[in-house]
Amino acid sequence: MIDIAGTLRRGWQQLIAHIDFPLLFITLAIMLIGLTTVHSATFDGNQRIFSQAGNMGVAMTIMWFVSRLPPQKLMSFAIPLYVLGVILLVAVFLFGIKVNGAKRWLPLGFTRIQPSEIMKIAMPLMLAWYFQKYEAMLTLKHYAVAALLLLVPFALIAKQPDLGTALLVGAAGFYVIFFAGLPWKIIVGMVVAGASAAPFIWGMLHDYQKKRILTLIDPTTDPLGAGYHIIQATIAIGSGGAIGKGYLNGTQTHLEFIPEKHTDFIFAVFSEEWGLLGNIVLLVLYTMLIGRGLMIASAAPTMFTRLLAGSITLGFFTYAFINMGMVSGILPVVGVPLPFMSYGGTALVTLFLGVGILMSIHTHRMLVKK
Amino acid sequence: MGDFHNPEADLDRFRFRSGFAAITVLLAFAILLGRFIWLQVIQHDFYQTRAEDNRIALIPIVPNRGVITDRNGTVLARNYSAFTLEITPSRVADLDAAIDELAAIIDIQPKDRKRFKRLMDEAKNFESIPIRTRLSDAEVAKFAAQRYRFPGIEVKARLFRQYPLGTVASHAIGYIGRITDRDLKWIEEAEQQAMFKGTDHIGKTGLEQHYEFELHGQTGYEEVEIDAGGHALRSLKRIPPVSGNNLALTLDAKLQEITEQAFGDRKGALVAIDPSNGGILALVSNPTYDPNLFVDGITPDNWKELNEHPSKPMVNRAINGAYPPGSTFKPFMALAALELGKRTANQTIYDPGFYTFGNHTFRDDKKGGHGSVDMYKSIVQSCDTYYYMLANDMGIDNISKFMAQLGLGQRTGIDIGKDESGESKGVLPSQEWKKQRFKKPEQQKWYAGETISIGIGQGYNAYTPIQLAQATATIANNGIMFRPHIVHHIIDTKTGQKRLIEPEPIRDLHLKPQNLEVIRRAMVGVNKEGTGARAFAGASYEAAGKTGTAQVYSLKGSQYKEGGIKKELRDHALFIAFAPADNPKIALAVLVENGGFGAQSAAPIARMVIDYYLLGKLPAGAAPEDSAAVEEEPEE
Repeated sequence: MIDIAGTLRRGWQQLIAHIDFPLLFITLAIMLIGLTTVHSATFDGNQRIFSQAGNMGVAMTIMWFVSRLPPQKLMSFAIPLYVLGVILLVAVFLFGIKVNGAKRWLPLGFTRIQPSEIMKIAMPLMLAWYFQKYEAMLTLKHYAVAALLLLVPFALIAKQPDLGTALLVGAAGFYVIFFAGLPWKIIVGMVVAGASAAPFIWGMLHDYQKKRILTLIDPTTDPLGAGYHIIQATIAIGSGGAIGKGYLNGTQTHLEFIPEKHTDFIFAVFSEEWGLLGNIVLLVLYTMLIGRGLMIASAAPTMFTRLLAGSITLGFFTYAFINMGMVSGILPVVGVPLPFMSYGGTALVTLFLGVGILMSIHTHRMLVKK
Repeated sequence: MGDFHNPEADLDRFRFRSGFAAITVLLAFAILLGRFIWLQVIQHDFYQTRAEDNRIALIPIVPNRGVITDRNGTVLARNYSAFTLEITPSRVADLDAAIDELAAIIDIQPKDRKRFKRLMDEAKNFESIPIRTRLSDAEVAKFAAQRYRFPGIEVKARLFRQYPLGTVASHAIGYIGRITDRDLKWIEEAEQQAMFKGTDHIGKTGLEQHYEFELHGQTGYEEVEIDAGGHALRSLKRIPPVSGNNLALTLDAKLQEITEQAFGDRKGALVAIDPSNGGILALVSNPTYDPNLFVDGITPDNWKELNEHPSKPMVNRAINGAYPPGSTFKPFMALAALELGKRTANQTIYDPGFYTFGNHTFRDDKKGGHGSVDMYKSIVQSCDTYYYMLANDMGIDNISKFMAQLGLGQRTGIDIGKDESGESKGVLPSQEWKKQRFKKPEQQKWYAGETISIGIGQGYNAYTPIQLAQATATIANNGIMFRPHIVHHIIDTKTGQKRLIEPEPIRDLHLKPQNLEVIRRAMVGVNKEGTGARAFAGASYEAAGKTGTAQVYSLKGSQYKEGGIKKELRDHALFIAFAPADNPKIALAVLVENGGFGAQSAAPIARMVIDYYLLGKLPAGAAPEDSAAVEEEPEE
């Protein structure tokens, strides 16, 4: 006699063996908020909703597969992925196609890809692998090499120019170095040096980047150009008040005052309709996500998994903070989507790749220890 | 960091740093929360008011499109105001029900619904979309009385394009249609996006397309206060639009109409040029079509009929049809021979009725031959053998170099369509051309035997009617060639100033006057005692001309017998002419598809056109087909 129920149960258990439910439920909750907000923002007969739901399906399938890979396997991807990423970035530099004044895309004949996206995962993988390799004998030299590994792709991406992605990749790498134990003296020194080098960095920025920072300080100087986004988004958030104008009732949204309202500026739409209350819910969800990630990192058995988990988790934070900060007018406008909320497939795949890695690290920890 | 690796210390350090990171995260989120509280609680009233005020919409006001008139002020394209019934979909809950209800008081056809659905798919939010155009006054009144029943549906006055002469000159004027994605790309490339805000039509072909940015005008704006639902409350400021510039053409609408009538139901093309400046007097492609069909979206049935009709009315044969020039090529060949010193006017050859090259015999149309033939006789009687020999003596590259100077096988740059790419180049054969055209090495080589038939305008030769007209005009104008153009001047509606389209000389061929005289005399002879004599019998002016017949169906040894061949396989008839011969006012090229001999159907059309243009003589209906005329000299 065949034990159908038993087989099914074992099959199910096999299927969910590497799923971390806290992570899954938190991300699902944020995505649900995201879907409803995309609906309000676009209002085009659910076409975008279905398309985004499809993106989610693909991204979560990738997550499922990645979560089943043991961390040793992930380690073996570190060098090939990093080298591939750098080669593609150099190729973009040489043969990339210009879209809106920036060279970010590499034509492949049938499609085009944005190699900087690969670096968001390849960078922490590579550095975590590097510190794992020299775990026993870390000296200042190793931090210097790590910094070099970080700076080459960073510079290539910043040169495109794509400051938003460069910052995210740079941050992901920095977090690894930080968790690996970069001496505090150096960190403090870097902050001081960075502050004093600010005027020089200012001189190196592109005009449009300067303009974005200037309009942040006083958006009214350019009410129809770069300042427009900030002004309209802050009006949306501010007019939302404590409890919001109600779902589908945002006037800023529905009178077309908010630009890119289903992608980078989706937070303004959400905030206008759900108010401070909604914002707090969202902040709590992100805090839970990051908290869970840091717990996974702290429980991770090896240097590699710790550093990787820590970096990916703080990556989520960086996305969320930069996006909400920019939409609410305290950070300059850079092209960073709100994680798990903004419409768009590429970002979602990268994010769930990260979630999958976190799940893999957590669910394989016992196997590694012994 | 010590020299000894201590995993426990590592883990402790990591946990400490995680804690540090967690505190940083909380701090950062606290800053965000503070910002949210600042915006949403403390400053809420301020932003609330800003959002309320934030209801000023800029509504573009579409300018009137420029008017197109012919050289005498006859209106060819204008605008008229008509009422449309428009629906703003975002303000109507159940569209289908609303339209059904509407249909009870106003006539709404299935095609109206279909068009509405299509437009809705293309439209942006908050845009009103027409469900019916051109409402009658009675319909407007009926709707006005019941308006309250239909929120989100309103009657609007809109301007429509109208082509009062209908099918006349449609291939030159072109038409406008709704803006598509491809048009948007064009607008973006021209950096004219701001001008096209609110505009939903754009020139699609012809002058309407070529002069789009002249005709369009400057878009105005109205600052309107709107309420939360997007309804306009009151106007705050208005910057009026500036109407598009008017075009005055060199084209003569009456001449154009007469020419189109002269073609009757024959397919073909005619281009008439003022040789002294390149101004187009008539540009006919027959059959033609009614551009009014396109204005508020052509119905699929009409579109299908126009595109699939065997006589292809949508093709502009005058600039897109490439045809072998046949014997109309001979005056150009003769001129080349004189200029290059390959023949003198008096040199004679003996024509036995054929020319043998290698083991191939090229027949002359006249059995027994023309006997002794000089240049004059070669043109007047259209002797093939003369040109077989001449072509062989000149060689293909000399021929193609000279013909290129006359503009054959090149785009003329006429002001029709978006850019030059709308015009066909035709084929000017040369060794180089053949190398480019064919892939296999054995096909790429030019054989000397192929040059022979080039001499009588057959073989690979293929030119557009406008190229033939331009070349004829160049001879008429003593070797100075102008770019053909249809617009004479542009009237700036803002200042009222006229901007002349300056005649643009392309090149001076520096032809010797005595050589031109030989050709002119011979072409006059054609119409006096040669193949064009019947068509020009009794003309009170002296006209220079040349008939031509282009083979559609290649004859294999058998004699050309008209009755025995289906109409589609009959030869194309051609005729080039200019008049008066001593002081040309008009130069033209006529092509009649499957018209048989040039003298038979093309020359009578040319006669009618010149009669009207020089004498103001009005013909009665289509030009006759002179069935007694033949390509060669009158029968003995």
